[in-house]
Amino acid sequence: MRNPFLGALLALTLALAPLAGAATDAEAASAARATAKSTADHAAFKVLQQPFKSGPEVTRACLTCHTEAAKQVHKSKHWTWEFLNPETQQRLGKKHVINNFCTAVPSNYEFCTACHVGYGWKDEKFDFTAQENVDCLVCHDTTGTYRKIPGLAGHPPYQDMEFPPKSGRIAKATDLGKVARAVGKSSRDTCGACHFLGGGGDAVKHGDLDTSLKKPGKYLDVHMAKDGLNFTCGTCHMTSGHDVPGSRYGVTVAKSDAARMHMRGRAEGNPATCESCHGDKPHKARQADRLNSHATKLACQTCHIPEFARAQPTKMKWDWSTAGKMDEKGKPFKLKDSSGHESYDSRKGDFSYESNVIPTYVWFNGEVQYTLRETRLDPSKVVEINRFEGSPDDGKSKVWPIKRFVGKQPYDIGNNQLVVFHTYGQDDSALWSNFNWDKAIEYGMREIGAEYSGKFAFVSTEMSWPITHMVAPKADALACRQCHTPPGRLDNVPGLYIPGRHGNALMDTLGWSLAGLTLLGVLGHGAGRIFASRKAKPHEGEGK
Amino acid sequence: MSERIYIFKGFERFWHWAQAGLILFMLVTGFEVHGSYKLFGFENAVDYHTIAAWTLVGLWCFAIFWHFTTGEWRQYIPTFDKVTDMIKFYAIGIFTQAPHPYHVNPQRKHNPLQRLAYLGILAVAGPLIWVTGWFYLFYDKWNEWGWDAFLSLEWVAFFHTLAAFVFLLFVIAHVYLTTTGHTPLAHIKAMITGWEKVD
Repeated sequence: MRNPFLGALLALTLALAPLAGAATDAEAASAARATAKSTADHAAFKVLQQPFKSGPEVTRACLTCHTEAAKQVHKSKHWTWEFLNPETQQRLGKKHVINNFCTAVPSNYEFCTACHVGYGWKDEKFDFTAQENVDCLVCHDTTGTYRKIPGLAGHPPYQDMEFPPKSGRIAKATDLGKVARAVGKSSRDTCGACHFLGGGGDAVKHGDLDTSLKKPGKYLDVHMAKDGLNFTCGTCHMTSGHDVPGSRYGVTVAKSDAARMHMRGRAEGNPATCESCHGDKPHKARQADRLNSHATKLACQTCHIPEFARAQPTKMKWDWSTAGKMDEKGKPFKLKDSSGHESYDSRKGDFSYESNVIPTYVWFNGEVQYTLRETRLDPSKVVEINRFEGSPDDGKSKVWPIKRFVGKQPYDIGNNQLVVFHTYGQDDSALWSNFNWDKAIEYGMREIGAEYSGKFAFVSTEMSWPITHMVAPKADALACRQCHTPPGRLDNVPGLYIPGRHGNALMDTLGWSLAGLTLLGVLGHGAGRIFASRKAKPHEGEGK
Repeated sequence: MSERIYIFKGFERFWHWAQAGLILFMLVTGFEVHGSYKLFGFENAVDYHTIAAWTLVGLWCFAIFWHFTTGEWRQYIPTFDKVTDMIKFYAIGIFTQAPHPYHVNPQRKHNPLQRLAYLGILAVAGPLIWVTGWFYLFYDKWNEWGWDAFLSLEWVAFFHTLAAFVFLLFVIAHVYLTTTGHTPLAHIKAMITGWEKVD
């Protein structure tokens, strides 16, 4: 080489070349390690090496090996959208409950079932026994390209389509083969595809579940932090045979609830509780006894989730009664609040969002009573969509943090019952395209075969959501003073004596008054003595 | 002519002042825990109050031992002899420069009103604040020990606070009455040096 400089540069380039490729090699290696734990490489399976045309085709392929999988899924709430509460005998689940967000699934299946683990649930006639109707990919996709679109009854797009309609954005046709050949364990992304977006958008519904949990910092979630313990949803919701434990329809509250609580050393019970890992005496450091005794009355969440909606604002109010306004051109419109979140939508009414919300605290024993469609309600009061049962002295309750979501929604003034209404559909009755409440309610009620008086009004409702995710690091847990000095967080929770907050007011008044009087008394007495001593010894005073 | 007599022994003086400091500190921290004001911060007030409580318990172990081994407990045997004279003195005589109706000596170092007041503190307010204080300190064990069945934190706190108010009233009156010697600082000096001037 004639030019030694060029020679050196070439040598250096050659030396560094393997390093340049190092990043991608590391990624590949880590991906390889991840799959190395599995005993199967799905890309190698013949049955998956075909151009799939639909979801059910993929499922049929999955079932050739996973013979029991669909039958397991068929038993799950993810499939049935139904839950019979054994204690209250109330028939719950998405199929039955009317909430105060999008309210009800019936008559809107095509839209809502974008979050169903199945294909084709577009009306009442859906076949719940068909194994190929189970959607394996929505939970087992690892590519991030599998997306079910509202309006397709649970199918992903098989051709390119515009979504949301008239948005100019294109949802691409799903490459089912690619997704199928890369299946793996469920992840934050797959669980989150529905659970982070509940209520119609990111962070809307729960307040403690949103897309910020895909890559949370320690501050937001001490368990799921990428640079910390890096839990997935399944680490706590330890699933076996497609049966996912931990449900708000049957919340596990206290150890005394022995039938439900999973503790170390026993096989049965709900593993998705704090206690199943931390035990019921979790505090070890300073004031451990004191904190552990607090934990007999307070749920862990009460102190360790000091606020909810800590990364993104959550919806706190939804007033359907204002839906249907049109702009000056007679078209539906949307408004945004100062933080860029929807505050009005002609299709849905008024909203409000809040961040860093201090929860409401209630005694809760795990039992929840719902106002069902059949329930007769008192429209002069705020209707409790669900009521958390519990009391300070039933021996089963703890003080829990909840999100209280308020709203207004239509009810049948003839029968004093909540109504099901038709929001989505390509017909002349859907509220979101026709803005006619009468038609939307008539359609919805007809769809479920319910009696409707033909007259409706709006009633105020509230719904409670347990706050249990996004556990903060211990440094951010509530400090003593947040309950023990005014204004105390638990001031309005009955049945507690909180030192610093609940002193006997009468005794305080009497005690301080007496102390004041005693002080005045001795000062007066002392002044009298000074005065008397001056009088007694005039020659020592001003003198004459 | 006045003479000086040795009234308060070394340990007694140490006990008095240590106890005085601890009680004042416990009043300050205790009423903060009670929610009457903010000074140290709730967590700190609780910690300080607890440390001071155990320190006072330790001090009392020594004090009880001392009282019984020296026979000094007899100083608190109540008497109504000259009680009316004492009341009259504080109400009238003290303003007319009347002579003090009671003369101390090492065997009877407290006047009859003092005896009654101290006995009240030692036998009523003291035990009330100690017992409720211990219940409070061991609140975390109530469940384990089955005390939940007959104790309520609300009532424990009520009586603890009630006794604290009694102590507060006592402290105010006691501090003032120390100024009623033949000079305003005479009693305080005696409690520091042990020597009291008597006529």
